[in-house]
Amino acid sequence: MFEALSSKLSGVFDRLRTRGALNETDVMEALREVRLALLDADVALPVVRDFIAKVRDRAIGQEVIGSVSPGQQVVKIVNDVMIEALGGAGAEPLNLVAVPPVPILMVGLQGSGKTTTSGKLAMRLAKRDRKKVLLASLDTQRPAAQLQLQQLAERAGVASLPIVPGQTPLQIAARAMETARREVYDVVILDTAGRLSIDEALMDEVRQIRAATNPAETLLVVDAMTGQDAVNTAKAFNDAVGVTGIVLTRMDGDARGGAALSMRAITGAPIKLTGSGEKLDALEDFHPERVAGRILGMGDVVGLVEKASEVIDQEEAEKLARKMAKGTFDLDDFANQLKQITKMGSLSSILGMLPGAGKLKAQLGDANIDPKLLGRQAAIISSMTMKERRAPDIIKASRKKRIAAGAGVTVQDVNRLLKQFDDMSTMMKRMNKLGQKGLMRQGLGALMPQGRRPY
Amino acid sequence: MALGFFSRLKEGLSRSTQKLTQGLGAVFTRRKLDDAALEELEELLIGADLGTAVAARVIASFRRTRFGKEVTDTEIKSALAEEIAAILAPVARPLVIDPALKPHVVLVVGVNGTGKTTTIGKLAKTYQEQGLRPMLVAGDTFRAAAVEQLQVWGQRTGAPVASAPANSDAAGLAFDALARARAEDIDVLLVDTAGRLHNKAALMEELRKIIRVLKKQDPTAPHSVLLVLDATTGQNALQQVNVFKDMVDVTGLVVTKLDGSARGGIVVALAEEFAIPVHAVGVGEQAGDLRPFDPQEFARGLVGA
Repeated sequence: MFEALSSKLSGVFDRLRTRGALNETDVMEALREVRLALLDADVALPVVRDFIAKVRDRAIGQEVIGSVSPGQQVVKIVNDVMIEALGGAGAEPLNLVAVPPVPILMVGLQGSGKTTTSGKLAMRLAKRDRKKVLLASLDTQRPAAQLQLQQLAERAGVASLPIVPGQTPLQIAARAMETARREVYDVVILDTAGRLSIDEALMDEVRQIRAATNPAETLLVVDAMTGQDAVNTAKAFNDAVGVTGIVLTRMDGDARGGAALSMRAITGAPIKLTGSGEKLDALEDFHPERVAGRILGMGDVVGLVEKASEVIDQEEAEKLARKMAKGTFDLDDFANQLKQITKMGSLSSILGMLPGAGKLKAQLGDANIDPKLLGRQAAIISSMTMKERRAPDIIKASRKKRIAAGAGVTVQDVNRLLKQFDDMSTMMKRMNKLGQKGLMRQGLGALMPQGRRPY
Repeated sequence: MALGFFSRLKEGLSRSTQKLTQGLGAVFTRRKLDDAALEELEELLIGADLGTAVAARVIASFRRTRFGKEVTDTEIKSALAEEIAAILAPVARPLVIDPALKPHVVLVVGVNGTGKTTTIGKLAKTYQEQGLRPMLVAGDTFRAAAVEQLQVWGQRTGAPVASAPANSDAAGLAFDALARARAEDIDVLLVDTAGRLHNKAALMEELRKIIRVLKKQDPTAPHSVLLVLDATTGQNALQQVNVFKDMVDVTGLVVTKLDGSARGGIVVALAEEFAIPVHAVGVGEQAGDLRPFDPQEFARGLVGA
């Protein structure tokens, strides 16, 4: 029911792959599925239409018919069109080329994450780009919104404009620019109140703020979970204030982010940044090729590696890798690995980043993996003796009973863990045989023992 | 007041229907209901966030009864409104506060930015007007200034606010607040929580902890668990409801931001899928902008009938 776009598409393409040659009917059938999948991923209808038309034009004809592997060719075309539609390869940087203080205007609907994003952006500009940043909240609507930005500024270690109660947003904007000029700031981030695209009075207000401050960047902040309304929002804000860039927030959720495609298509403005967490450093450049890959079931391997490198102890990981290569990986290392995985977040979010894992996730059942599973497994391993951990083969019935009692689980749980460890050892042997390239090409599926629920 | 009430709701909802209405008008002014017309109608429903499955089901029903007939704009609209109202009718149930519980504990949950705190402020106002004594619990100890935001609502409504220093344990705060509410003869305890994405297992576990701790004092608490849902959310709302329901036994929904251009069609899909009651809809940022969920009104508003 809740299949992600990637798993739907991989289902379609699995069928394509199994056929020898592709004709127009095949392409059309696949594209019908692609259309449904895109709609279920919240890509807006008009955008889906354009997308499908583009893929069809390219797919039917020379490029597919007569090529050696038609299925893969279609996959490639869909992927190419997706990357193009998301803005081509590579990240688009913020434009700060202007006479300082450079104003950045943040706009968007209520609750899209403008204030949090403003805080993140301030920290990024201050820490990474060595800019002197002033944060100013023009949100006089929501209770304590100005206080929220002030507190975020403190956490980010940047300055914020002192709060003067009773001032209008336009007055605050003028005061912010004045202060910034006087105190020689490089960048002023103007965080505005959330407003509905149909609220004429408030849209007019933001128009005036824009006219008064002439921002170098007007960033539209959009929730990645947004549905079909993305079209209206994008159009209204673009018409009113001329959006120069999009920030996609809540990318750490499990929405496939179809809104990204819609927003980009409607405004023509590049998606510049993505927010993926509540911490102030959770702001990243937008990489179209990675998001396209994630949507199409090719996984966000680069993102996964980056995430892993952030939290995983480098030395520890290298030690594990050496052991894996040598085939001396034991249960102690397994326990260690479990600990590292837990640090990376929930299993389902990690799975979502792996190639071909969409289907796997569906098998695991509604992405709701028992969060305690890893902890229980660690407990089982802790209940083993050192000798057992190094040579799990010696664990027979009576040892199993003792371990189960020690960890507070059943003997079946112990069996399952041992089986899993066994599978993993087999997997590693296969992995060594496949090599890095084979893994990328065939995806995670190639490593999984067939017909069994993986843990 | 009563007059303003309905006109305001209608105003809020009618804005959200504008585009769908225009689309319908364009397609169905005197036209034979053939395959092409049905397909266009299906796309209009999808464009209102009903989702592909629900849209297909509605269209299938239309095909059975009306295929090939000459239909007018009005006929289509009222038939569509009927269809949608029928799906929504079973879930339109108000949140009933049991004054005997003293307090009736309402836990308010949801992903970030859906409008939990604002909804709590509005609920407090509603209960105050009904002559009940609400108390607010600033359980979002994580987000900057969330406590202050709720305190402003406390001042506006005159309801006491239980709070704790930033980053302290929300469960501990909820426990103390419940004890205080019992001592102070409070009728409704509205517990705010930090926004959390449903796919973050650790954060969902925190919510369960709040519930466990509340149960230590009152095994029947929380008596209601409200999931606040943003009407602009797309199909991911299904996932949200599914996970929150599993983890914290959501008893009802409040759909916010229905005064925008989003049509909130996802509510129809949610009604079909989960049959969880929809208690109220939010149509603005003011204290009075929380309305009971009326399926007829909502459906008529949705299609512009």
